[in-house]
Amino acid sequence: MSNAIDLSDVVKTFGPTRALDLLNLQVKTGEVHGFLGPNGAGKSTAIRVLLGLLRADSGRISLLGGNPWNDAVALHRRLAYVPGDVSLWPNLTGGEIIDLLGKLRGGLNTARRAELIERFELDPRRKSRTYSKGNRQKVAIVAALAADVELLILDEPTSGLDPLMESAFQNCINAAKDQGRTVLLSSHIMSEVEALCDRVSIIRSGRVMETGTLAELRHLTRTSISAEIDVIPADLRAIAGLHDLSIEGNRVRFSVDTDHLDGALQALTAGRVRTLSAAPPTLEELFLRHYDSARPAEPVVTR
Amino acid sequence: MTTIAAGRPVAARRRSSAFVGTIALLRLNLRRERLPLVLWVAGLAGIVMSTMASLAALVPTEADRVELATGLAVNPGMVVLLGHVQSTSMGGLISWRVGIADATLIALMAILTVVRRTRADEESGRTELLVSAVVGRGAPLAAALVTAGGACVVVGVLVAGSMIANGYPAAGSWAFGAALAGTGLVYGALAAVVAQLVENSRAATALTGAALAIGYAVRAVGDVNDRLSWLSWVSPQGWFSRTGAYAGNHFGVLGLSLAATAALTGIALWLLNNRDLGAGLLAVGLGPASSRSLRSPFALALRLQRTSLLSWTVGMVALGAVVGSIGADAGSLLADSPPKMVDIIRKLGGPGAIGDAFLGAMGAIVAMIAAGQAVSTALRLRSEETSGRLEPLLATAVDRRRWMAGHLLFVVFGPLLTLAAAGLVTGLVYGGRTGDLASGVSAGFQSVIVQWPAVLVLGAVAAAVFGVLPRFTGIAWGALGVAIVLGQFGTLFGLPRVLLDLSPFTHIPALPSAQMQWLPVTVLVVIAAALMGVGVVAFRRRDVG
Repeated sequence: MSNAIDLSDVVKTFGPTRALDLLNLQVKTGEVHGFLGPNGAGKSTAIRVLLGLLRADSGRISLLGGNPWNDAVALHRRLAYVPGDVSLWPNLTGGEIIDLLGKLRGGLNTARRAELIERFELDPRRKSRTYSKGNRQKVAIVAALAADVELLILDEPTSGLDPLMESAFQNCINAAKDQGRTVLLSSHIMSEVEALCDRVSIIRSGRVMETGTLAELRHLTRTSISAEIDVIPADLRAIAGLHDLSIEGNRVRFSVDTDHLDGALQALTAGRVRTLSAAPPTLEELFLRHYDSARPAEPVVTR
Repeated sequence: MTTIAAGRPVAARRRSSAFVGTIALLRLNLRRERLPLVLWVAGLAGIVMSTMASLAALVPTEADRVELATGLAVNPGMVVLLGHVQSTSMGGLISWRVGIADATLIALMAILTVVRRTRADEESGRTELLVSAVVGRGAPLAAALVTAGGACVVVGVLVAGSMIANGYPAAGSWAFGAALAGTGLVYGALAAVVAQLVENSRAATALTGAALAIGYAVRAVGDVNDRLSWLSWVSPQGWFSRTGAYAGNHFGVLGLSLAATAALTGIALWLLNNRDLGAGLLAVGLGPASSRSLRSPFALALRLQRTSLLSWTVGMVALGAVVGSIGADAGSLLADSPPKMVDIIRKLGGPGAIGDAFLGAMGAIVAMIAAGQAVSTALRLRSEETSGRLEPLLATAVDRRRWMAGHLLFVVFGPLLTLAAAGLVTGLVYGGRTGDLASGVSAGFQSVIVQWPAVLVLGAVAAAVFGVLPRFTGIAWGALGVAIVLGQFGTLFGLPRVLLDLSPFTHIPALPSAQMQWLPVTVLVVIAAALMGVGVVAFRRRDVG
């Protein structure tokens, strides 16, 4: 089994809104998969469908080789979930809730529980009504990471954590990956995804627009170039993949599809380069480009 | 000029700014409470109007009314429920027939509204968002009280207006309407105080609801027992009676309601100014760092339901003691009744039979309270879902049906426990006072426990609604409301049998005086089981969230 998660053409509607519109998502076993998208794109809906909390209107859904709607209980023994908005029973303590969720999942690793509580600096004796958002999130994260499961489904798990805790979280995810677990990490924090994920799927309006490794996705991005050259090459405009060209005296600025970077640089060197600065593509840029509403919402086929 | 304005001391401005934004919040409340308040107000005024119509048809002449007032109305069960008839005028009888019940229901409306718009909003974090804007600290409380109080006043005005429009004396009608509204105001203000003291809205509603029940019981004891008649001065429902609408119109008593409302409002505001947002009076301590016992959905349900189960049990035991005690007094109360009435009852089986018949009638009342327990216990399912706490649970290896069954156990056996406790205490007190403990315990226990299947049906309706129409859990409360109205007012309105049969309580034999009938009781249990089954199956098939 190579795919831990396999959704194809999944549709889920709530009345007139199409929350998932022919969604395709494949997560390979053992990888950390980033699930990127703006608020309301359908990330949480897709996750709830994966957990068998919502029933898809149509499409094929496979989770760890089973059907999440029919085999919810059996599948849930093998996964752990951190919701995006964690609400807890106000009169139970954090420690009680961690144990409860662990037992309901079929057991938890007590040594790891203790280690995680320490690492995340969580006081497990406090009633959860006294926890801040970040602390509530830590309870859910500790409960999930302390379970011996194959798959972690994390819905914006760090949105309430401070940078220190975020880095502790990243270490834990890397450790989980080393143990061979699969992780689906929904997020809108680019740095987190860049730091952690093997592959990324970008979702918008209920559709996955692009999927690939970060390197693959960078092929779709542009590098910004600014250079001073002695002779402006006459055929600069003709170079494939060049955009937003501006020429002021000897200064040239443009952005170029990363695929065509080589050709553009060769053209520049022909005119004798004095200075050169190149800004590497970021996921932010990719992200912005896809959520620029002026662009048609057509999925880009990458592979 | 600007520097002077900016330099004004903060302390001097604090007092005047505490209520900034109240009007805006009032609008927000009216928007949010639009549907419930319209339904409450229409229902509360509607009960009075339909009683007006049905009583006018039932006892048109003065002679009819005197017969009612000296016959049926002195039945101890009636006195407990409705108080004494103070005037045999048509208006006096209408006020007697619906007054106490309507006043108590108005109070319930006020309590629920005030708690929803104070502690419940605070608990959910909505108040924090509001108060962070240009909104004074006291504004949410003020807006909640004005919303609830306004609704009470509207009911009072509608009642008074419709009575006057139908030709009843204006002074009596205003006294009637004002006394109803006054009861609501007092309990609304009490709810505001309780909402400052406890940290969660469920407890605030339960505590104030308990005070409402105590107010009802205290008045009932005062009305039944002449030596304790001063007790009705302790209860806001008693103040309603003491106002004496159409029978003296003692508007001075209304001053008591207004003074109590003002005093309670003052206390609530003082408490509000002396606590942190989100906090109650008691600091939250530390708890265990781990748990061995929380290992199943049932264990969690037990943990979540145990406090409320315990409170219900305590309340029902207290109620049982009151019912048993009044039942024992029932025979002696009849000494004041006209000979004709006593004669009829003697023929029916002697003074013992009066107490038994009373217990049978009270059993139905106790059962309706237990049905409230069943519905609120069942709707815990929905609050777990909407709060988002269900989602992570169902993402573990917990079957939805198993989770739901854990809570349904409390819907089924919680009321059984509280009914058994209430019945046992009723019987012990009744038997102890009448001197025949064995038969007393048996009579008291039977009268209450036989109601369990009907209670079960209402809990099952709530479970079915949760499964099938989760957004409309109000239907379950509506069903309970309909059952109460049919039980309390159905025969009075002369409703057709078919309609009365809709209430499960109609089918319960009034033990111990009536014969036990197994068939309807069994059918009710089957219906309840089927409804719960529907709820579970529908919940398995629907989206969660």
